[in-house]
Amino acid sequence: MNQDLILETRGLVKEFKGFTAVDDVNLKVERGTIHALIGPNGAGKTTVFNLLTKFLTPTRGQLLFNGQDITRKDSASIAHMGIVRSFQISAVFPHLTVLENVRVALQQKRKDTFAFWRSEKILDELNDRALALLDSVGLREFSHALAVDLPYGRKRSLEIATTLALDPELLLLDEPTQGMGHEDISVVADLIKEVGKNRTILMVEHNLNVVADLSDTITVLQRGAILTEGNYETVSADPRVREAYMGVEEDPLEGEGGEGNAPVVEASV
Amino acid sequence: MYNKKLNLVLLGLALVAPFVLYPVFLMKVLCFALFACAFNLLLGFAGLLSFGHAVFLGTGAYVTGYVMTTYGLTPELGILAGVAMSALVGLVYGKLAVRREGIYFAMVTLALAQLAFFFYLQTPFTGGEDGLQGIPRGNLFGLIDLTDNMTMYYFVLAVFIGGFLTIYRTIHSPFGQVMKAIRENEPRAISLGYKVNQYKLMAFVISATLAGLAGSTKALVFQLASLTDVHWFMSGEVVLMTLLGGMGTIWGPVLGAASIISMQNLLASGPLANYIHVVMGVVFVICVLAFRKGLVGELQKVLRKNSG
Ligand SMILES: Nc1ncnc2c1ncn2[C@@H]1O[C@H](COP(=O)(O)OP(=O)(O)OP(=O)(O)O)[C@@H](O)[C@H]1O
Ligand SMILES: [Mg+2]
Repeated sequence: MNQDLILETRGLVKEFKGFTAVDDVNLKVERGTIHALIGPNGAGKTTVFNLLTKFLTPTRGQLLFNGQDITRKDSASIAHMGIVRSFQISAVFPHLTVLENVRVALQQKRKDTFAFWRSEKILDELNDRALALLDSVGLREFSHALAVDLPYGRKRSLEIATTLALDPELLLLDEPTQGMGHEDISVVADLIKEVGKNRTILMVEHNLNVVADLSDTITVLQRGAILTEGNYETVSADPRVREAYMGVEEDPLEGEGGEGNAPVVEASV
Repeated sequence: MYNKKLNLVLLGLALVAPFVLYPVFLMKVLCFALFACAFNLLLGFAGLLSFGHAVFLGTGAYVTGYVMTTYGLTPELGILAGVAMSALVGLVYGKLAVRREGIYFAMVTLALAQLAFFFYLQTPFTGGEDGLQGIPRGNLFGLIDLTDNMTMYYFVLAVFIGGFLTIYRTIHSPFGQVMKAIRENEPRAISLGYKVNQYKLMAFVISATLAGLAGSTKALVFQLASLTDVHWFMSGEVVLMTLLGGMGTIWGPVLGAASIISMQNLLASGPLANYIHVVMGVVFVICVLAFRKGLVGELQKVLRKNSG
């Protein structure tokens, strides 16, 4: 067995009422890498994330984290073990302040999360760390704003800061740049690169510039099954990948994008 | 600062109120205000809509009434017994309910409450349709006779303040932060490693306990515990009070309870006495359509606009 694998799925299957959304996926994520999971809409990428974090129960198959079988753990336990996910649709706590959003994550490791008789002022101890995290995503000056009032791109940044607050070994990011403008994309991409220096990241991403720029390994999913796998050169040279994406011969994986528009493979139907 | 001043003013008003208004009316308001605050802790801050909260009010009332009548306990012990039993029922019902989400949660609480209603209807100790009448108020700590309504009022006020502060603290505690996070985005809270059902259960038990406190106190005020307290009308009324006043606000349920009780009192003696439920229904509809955030919620919105 490969000691360098942080995450492995064996024969992972998810069926929804006879429809197979994830079909015998054997995914291997190496420690310390940035691993991208790409594929057309409906390929099953989010479903894989839901299975990895037990938001859905696999129909068949096994999940291994650091060689340990986590197939039967619940979502919260998986987070405790060190796998923390983000969501495709931005997931902040809208009516908490930006600072509180991060603090809720920091608070999780404390023993007093059930203390209803103590003042929340004791959580101020966490403010320095929370502010440092907000600093790292450029949100310090918004710390007292409500999360709901942040522009979209900043919500995504807040989400990453919140995820990082748990100091996870493995980050699962579901389309961290989706719906963002050009500048926000490069901010988030830089952030991911930075974060990826000392942990493992598995991310779903439609923006192929970002994928090309960041990932060490790419897995292409199509109709629930793995189509191909490898580094960017290998994957982008594969004619089946082009077909899966566009059904045409032009090269979707050529990261050019005129006028600052990254090629976003989306809504190709 | 501003809030501190407001609280002092309110406290002052509460202290002189029985010289102006009927103490029994005021005690009724305080009991229902506490009930609504307890309910609001669950709905407004944990995001859980219980349709069976009357069980906890009624359990508090029946148990306190029973032990006071049968064993002649002092009122603080009688209340303690009622509260403890409400907490226990809250724990059992909570365990069954928090596993369900959204509308299913509400349905489970309603079903369990109906079960309790039939239990209280059939079991001999509650006095069936008549209820428990003539519950003695007793001597507080064996010393202070609570028979006098003025004395009783200050006792009820103290109970209310105690319950209210407990709720306030819970909302502004480390636990309260987690509770609000779950209300705001449950999947996200789970993904951050929170076992959300445990927190929901905790919120449920605290809410049930304080609803029980309201019921126990109410039984002493009116010297009566009856099926009205456990009827599903009562579960509906507390929803109405909370929504009218403003769910998720600290003072909303208090204002909501005061408005509803005042309205009921006014209507009861007037020509509309037979149509109380219709009037309530109309009020509810108007409230839901016109000010969705409730009285306090809308007021806060106006204040915020004027200040910024
Ligand atoms: N809970 C569910 N019940 C039934 N079908 C589902 C469920 N979740 C996902 N599916 C289906 O499974 C397939 C894969 O969906 P999934 O969301 O994983 O795709 P995706 O690769 O993340 O796509 P996108 O790029 O649009 O986010 C889709 O056909 C979807 O309709
Ligand atoms: Mg998806």
